[in-house]
Amino acid sequence: MEIPRLPLGSWIETGLNWLTSEYSVVTRGISRFTQTGINSLNDGLMWLPEWALLAIIALLCWKLSGPRLAIGGAAGLALIWNLGLWNPMIETLTLVVIATLVAVIIALPVGIAAALSERLYRVIMPALDFMQTMPAFVYLIPAIPFFGIGSVSAIFATVIFSMPPAIRFTTLGIRQVPVELIEAADSYGATRSQKLFKVQLPLSLPTVMAGINQTIMLALSMVVIAAMIGADGLGSEVWRAIQRLRPGDGFEAGIAVVILAMLLDRLTQSVRKTSK
Amino acid sequence: MVDQRPVKIKVRGLSKVFGKQPKKALALRDQGLKRSDILEKTGQTLGLSNISFDVYEGELLVIMGLSGSGKSTLIRCLNRLIDTTEGEIIIDGENIPTLGEKALLACRRRHFSMVFQNFALFPHRTVQQNAEFGLEIRGIAKAERKQIAHTALKQVGLEGWEDAYPNQLSGGMQQRVGLARALANDASVLLMDEAFSALDPLIRKDMQQELLQLQTRMQKTTVFITHDLDEALNIGDRIVLLKDGEVVQIGTPEEILTQPANDYVRRFIEGVDRSRVLTAASAMRPLRTTARDSDGPRTALHRMREHALDSIYVTDRDRQLLGLLEAEAANTAIQEGAESISGYLTQDFCKVPPDEPLHHLFTMFSEKSFPIAVIDEQHRLQGVVVKGAVLDELAKAGEQ
Ligand SMILES: Nc1ncnc2c1ncn2[C@@H]1O[C@H](COP(=O)(O)OP(=O)(O)OP(=O)(O)O)[C@@H](O)[C@H]1O
Ligand SMILES: [Mg+2]
Repeated sequence: MEIPRLPLGSWIETGLNWLTSEYSVVTRGISRFTQTGINSLNDGLMWLPEWALLAIIALLCWKLSGPRLAIGGAAGLALIWNLGLWNPMIETLTLVVIATLVAVIIALPVGIAAALSERLYRVIMPALDFMQTMPAFVYLIPAIPFFGIGSVSAIFATVIFSMPPAIRFTTLGIRQVPVELIEAADSYGATRSQKLFKVQLPLSLPTVMAGINQTIMLALSMVVIAAMIGADGLGSEVWRAIQRLRPGDGFEAGIAVVILAMLLDRLTQSVRKTSK
Repeated sequence: MVDQRPVKIKVRGLSKVFGKQPKKALALRDQGLKRSDILEKTGQTLGLSNISFDVYEGELLVIMGLSGSGKSTLIRCLNRLIDTTEGEIIIDGENIPTLGEKALLACRRRHFSMVFQNFALFPHRTVQQNAEFGLEIRGIAKAERKQIAHTALKQVGLEGWEDAYPNQLSGGMQQRVGLARALANDASVLLMDEAFSALDPLIRKDMQQELLQLQTRMQKTTVFITHDLDEALNIGDRIVLLKDGEVVQIGTPEEILTQPANDYVRRFIEGVDRSRVLTAASAMRPLRTTARDSDGPRTALHRMREHALDSIYVTDRDRQLLGLLEAEAANTAIQEGAESISGYLTQDFCKVPPDEPLHHLFTMFSEKSFPIAVIDEQHRLQGVVVKGAVLDELAKAGEQ
């Protein structure tokens, strides 16, 4: 006896087709809005002369961390500039910043809700497991029918891929607040929102920041992969190098990604430390 | 004896079951099953069972018991950090277990400040901001709450530490912040759950002393939890002794020591340094005889002979103590033909109030051989303490 194969794939396709046709107004709106955001941030960062942006970032590093990060950051950016990868780097940075912003804006309330409601927690945590274990490329495919080839699809896939740690860490941070402190707040007659804003959120801030740090790192890796669906930036440099079989160019772009990653990582970590 | 003091909190028939089918556990309890049997049968813990007591206005009530006896559960039921299973907790006419959410918040703000065993200070707030917490929750204006918190911090000796963070302070100082946070809030009842248990013994003694001073000064109704009998005896006006979620005895420290309700209490109070808490009143004997100032010397001497005494205390009509008449002085008065004994009294004896600790009396006996007079606030003679009685009382305490 033969068991018929489940047409799981075609079901999903039917569902996606339905979604794209039913909600094309919505998706087109989102698409236009996001594209405008990407363009203006990109233009703004490109409008600044290279040395000026470099100085601003170095100063920021100095303020948040210290001279070491400032010098290292400046040197790294100078190298990228020198390799002629400045504009792709800016494009990548733009995508990371916007994707992270969207991810965090969604993740914070969801994370808080999951921390405060046991029932939501039990629904959201498995969903996050699913989102994180699904291979990253898979998100790229449904993004295209929704938003077409290009940066908006990249952002969409990146947000979904990078959001889970921000949610997870927000939930964790709030749940980690010692029971005694919750009791203390309760015993003085604090309302739910007083408790949230005066005790739970401030105390979970370092953990939330750790989650945001991870989100940024995931966003960067995804934005690079998203070159496959036409996202601009360092990823497309790598992609082009692969297609032309030029390992040297590929490594140069790869090194630029590493520099950007280290810079973003150290920066957000120092924000996290000062918030402790 | 019926206590006439106004009641601040009235607790009646309070029970708490930790578990999903509390009714079942209570039914088993009503059949006479013990806490351990109920746990075995239903998997539920009978945290508190049928607790009733009063907290009087302005008193420091200690709730004492071994680990697991239900002290923390009880104090958390008072401000409903834990929901009760049955029973009443009445404060100013409100029954706390049945309050709605809003009323409960208002009730907590008005009536309760709590101090925690592990301080429970907010690590992200400065000392000052911690002290302001209760006021901030109640929406007091910034300038005012700053002022109030500052006063509270001064009261606990933390002036100058306002801008420090809790992790920069020692344990003792942290708990002072906890106390300041509670005092600043000026709720009508102070709840302290093992507030001093995490402190070093010496600092702990200091804090007890300070709490007592604050208490005498402010007369704040306080419910203090401890598992330490010494601490309970030292600071409690009255003690509620818990065992396995039930009240074993309620009484003043002295009542607990001198009239233990059962063997459990007796074992519990073994090894306490009792001379410290026993007072003159506990060793006091009623007077077998006294003389009046209007009495003649012969009458007085006759009374002394009758009771085989060589001195007699003399009072006026209102039992005010006037002095002591020695047998020798009485003889002199007879020889001099005096009408009354009032000119022959001596003041050369010791007098103490009823709550004078017993061990103070020791040194007094070594100076004088007369019985020590116990007088009340109106200077009326209540009784006497003889040397033998002090030793008897202490020996009795030592044996038990
Ligand atoms: N949330 C809970 N769920 C189940 N059982 C509990 C819970 N809280 C307390 N208990 C049980 O209730 C009993 C009383 O606990 P409680 O914490 O009130 O004791 P305690 O007198 O404060 O002891 P300690 O001196 O250790 O603090 C214990 O047997 C404890 O295991
Ligand atoms: Mg306890």
